[in-house]
Amino acid sequence: MRATPDGIFKALADPTRRAIFERLMQEGELTVRVLTDESGVSQPMVSKHLGVLKTAGLVRDRPEGRLVHYRADPSALAPLINWMKVYAAFWRGRFDRLENLLNRMDQ
Amino acid sequence: MNDSAASRSVVIERQLSHPPEKVWRALTQGALIEEWLMKNDFKPVVGHKFTFRSKPMPEWDGVIDAQVTEVESQARLSYTWSALGLQSIVTWTLTPASGGTHLRMEQSGFRLDQEAAYRGANYGWQRFIGNLERVLGERA
Repeated sequence: MRATPDGIFKALADPTRRAIFERLMQEGELTVRVLTDESGVSQPMVSKHLGVLKTAGLVRDRPEGRLVHYRADPSALAPLINWMKVYAAFWRGRFDRLENLLNRMDQ
Repeated sequence: MNDSAASRSVVIERQLSHPPEKVWRALTQGALIEEWLMKNDFKPVVGHKFTFRSKPMPEWDGVIDAQVTEVESQARLSYTWSALGLQSIVTWTLTPASGGTHLRMEQSGFRLDQEAAYRGANYGWQRFIGNLERVLGERA
């Protein structure tokens, strides 16, 4: 399924979920067990939060035997950034500078 | 960035009162490029890998990785452009126009650089997530 900006906002609205997501962004792939050990919440709660993050497309899982590894998928955040707008503004400014340089250059 | 984004592009066009030969120099000589765009080690050679360097920011080293993909003297120049986990292609087209040059820049083919995106913490994503909190507060 395609994650929507609203779904992403909702998933990250919860501070515990945001903490889990940020940790996966920084540390790479982790299991529920590892995520639970420093989170201050129970393992079932961590699993529940991971489920919400997964539905929003923010994390992906990789089962390996009885263990499931989770990792962040930052590309899910992409719909929130309007890169076209950012770059259009950037290039317009650079065109101005280019034209200014051409006016100063010798033939 | 979703799949449909690949078909989107940024296009800037401008009529310049300077001949293509001169515009070409400004687009392809390192010292001149630095004056209007960024520090660089560009060479007008297909396959040449280089970087643009802008002022480092708190969560970004300011480096844009690039590679020359097309060089047609005084007519066409393109290079890949990879920054902040996002890849694209920048293409410059010069067309002689009465008394000057019609210059067109198209940046297209936006897609996530998966490896860079995975190293998200180095590319400003952390700050972005921090900002989300503020945005969420405003939406609540």
